[in-house]
Amino acid sequence: MSTEQSYAPGTHPDLPPPASEIGVYGWIRHNLLSSTTNIVVTLVTLYLLYLILPPVLSWFFFDAVLTADSRDDCRAIAKAANQELGACWAFISHRFELFVYGFYPHEERWRVNLAFILMLAAFYPVLFDNAPYRKQGLYFALGAPLVIGWLLIGGFFGLESVDTDQFGGFLLTLVIGVTGIVGSLPIGIALALGRQSDMPALRMVCVTFIEFIRGVPLITLLFVASTMLNYFLPPGTTFDLLLRVLIMVTLFSSAYIAEVIRGGLQAIPKGQTEAADAMGLKYWASMRLIILPQALKISIPGIVNTFIGLYKDTTLVIIIGLFDPLGMGRASLADTKWQGLSTEIYVFVALFFFVSCFSMARYSLYLEKKLHTGH
Amino acid sequence: MALLFAFVAFIVNNAITNLEAIGKGYSFKFLWDASNYDINQTLIAYDSRSPHIRAATVGLLNTLLVAVTGIIIATIVGFILGVLRLSDNWLINRVVYFYIEYVRNVPVLLHILLVHGIVVNTLPIPKNAINMADGTFFLTNRGFYIPKPLFEPAMWAVFIALLIGIGFTWWFKNYAKQVQDDTGKIYPVFWISLGAIIVFPIIVYFLAGSPMTFEYSVLKGFNFKGGLVLRPEYIALTLALSLYTAAFIAEIVRAGIQAISHGQTEAAYALGIKPSRTMSLVIIPQALRVIIPPLSSQYLNITKNSSLAIAIGYMDIVATIGGISLNQTGREMECMTIVLGIYLTFSLLISAFMNWYNKRMKLVER
Repeated sequence: MSTEQSYAPGTHPDLPPPASEIGVYGWIRHNLLSSTTNIVVTLVTLYLLYLILPPVLSWFFFDAVLTADSRDDCRAIAKAANQELGACWAFISHRFELFVYGFYPHEERWRVNLAFILMLAAFYPVLFDNAPYRKQGLYFALGAPLVIGWLLIGGFFGLESVDTDQFGGFLLTLVIGVTGIVGSLPIGIALALGRQSDMPALRMVCVTFIEFIRGVPLITLLFVASTMLNYFLPPGTTFDLLLRVLIMVTLFSSAYIAEVIRGGLQAIPKGQTEAADAMGLKYWASMRLIILPQALKISIPGIVNTFIGLYKDTTLVIIIGLFDPLGMGRASLADTKWQGLSTEIYVFVALFFFVSCFSMARYSLYLEKKLHTGH
Repeated sequence: MALLFAFVAFIVNNAITNLEAIGKGYSFKFLWDASNYDINQTLIAYDSRSPHIRAATVGLLNTLLVAVTGIIIATIVGFILGVLRLSDNWLINRVVYFYIEYVRNVPVLLHILLVHGIVVNTLPIPKNAINMADGTFFLTNRGFYIPKPLFEPAMWAVFIALLIGIGFTWWFKNYAKQVQDDTGKIYPVFWISLGAIIVFPIIVYFLAGSPMTFEYSVLKGFNFKGGLVLRPEYIALTLALSLYTAAFIAEIVRAGIQAISHGQTEAAYALGIKPSRTMSLVIIPQALRVIIPPLSSQYLNITKNSSLAIAIGYMDIVATIGGISLNQTGREMECMTIVLGIYLTFSLLISAFMNWYNKRMKLVER
């Protein structure tokens, strides 16, 4: 009898896949070394990573100094530990409160914290439709901006008033970013509808506004807001700088939102409008019930991208003299104890923006997936 | 509607009253007064006695310089990144993905400041300059020094040769297409164009007796003298803007290539078309139709973002006429009108070009 086993046709058990096709080995073979070009690309990439990663990581983590009282202190600690001079994160932790609250008065900072918690609580039911008590949450979200504004500025009902020029740091970024985002969506929708409207005069006004705003850089508009907006107001009126910036930023991003939504509107087949007309729906009813829900759904990626852009653009306010985290950092560099640590500040602020913008982008992906009703 | 007109009239009226109240009219006469300030990078002759309009022109040219070099670098880097992002190779795919996500989610102003900080803080002072190619290039924290070409009169022959080469290529391309349409014969257009545009001018250059010399930078005292210098502000701004925009372009390119169904490639192979010609004749023309519109808006973004130059002291149009001139003369209205007008012109020009291109590339449907 030979060692070979014989099977009746069709009864042979499945053989395991060859070792070269599965597991770690198979994965590497397929994804890194599948052809000569691929092998070369892999090697070159590995070499580049080897050149770049170790110095960056050691600057960032291994040689970094976490607690010190000044930059010289940082140097001394690094020297005592026989390390290269890495990042001096002590600077960031020293100034952390300044980065978060700006010049907001010390004893009033609980108001900022409370406002932040309220903001998160208001966003939760708006962003996630499986939130518990969503309906009540939405009513709360409608009222929340007023409460938050009152908390931050104060001035009545027993809260001490805080000047807006004391706003700074992440507080300022959030105030400008969130106000811009919340304010620009309705204005953007209105502009988009105006641009599609049958009334030529209204259409022309909307087109001019949108094209003008989109044609010039935000920084020039901020200059306009900071230097010459007063000329356009009745003589004697003064206007808070932060408010002027808020208005400009909101108008700026509403023009971009309008274009994104116009794209969405144009993608809706004409049959939808005609069907709505045939059902006897008035313009606003057909817009609200039929056209806009579909148009907004397909414009979500574009809208979120615009929001991310707006959020990133809040850094530009440092050029007209407001102190967002970046401005705070640059201002604190003037302290002789910490001179020359600009890289630490930039990296820290970059990390902050990365986290917020990346989560916005992820949320947009989640929303797209959820609203995807095709196949 | 009436409300809107009333609002506009109200604003204009306010502006007139306010300007009168502080005794300023609306006139551009100040443009011909001496500017009284210096600009550190000038492409045309300029000094502090030149009028404001000259300063504005210098600023405009600086903006254009950053925009054009930024667009070129961003396009090249962006296309490479976009193609690498589609690579089968897991490692390079991930590395490019992380790079793109990092760059896209951090404000461009931060990139500019970071690159500027790195250039100014980590590069050596002129005395210890990094010397490249044996005293031809110097890299310092005051800028990148390169030799300055000095043209002799005979150089005209070379430029004319270059023009002839370009003209010939244009004619030859059409001719080759005609021949291919008539007979199916394919000429090696690329190599012949290369010869006409590059080799022919080089031959003329040597025939004319090498009519170009270089002025090298030399260390004198604390700084380099002579040669051309790319200032750190310019380097930082161009690098930051182009790397930032490259990440966006990479995503556009990836989306464009992915938008072409795989069946197109397979059909081309089935017809026996070579992979290289499949790419250039089938895939790229279709992908470009998807890529070009968002690409041109990225170009416009580079131009607009170059206004952030003011944060690191690069003298572009916003920093000259909209910054120092504005502060010196107090003519906010006029200065901002000029700046806004210039950016609007750019934007209209680019969108006009885009419309023309879209029309040309539009799918011909029967």
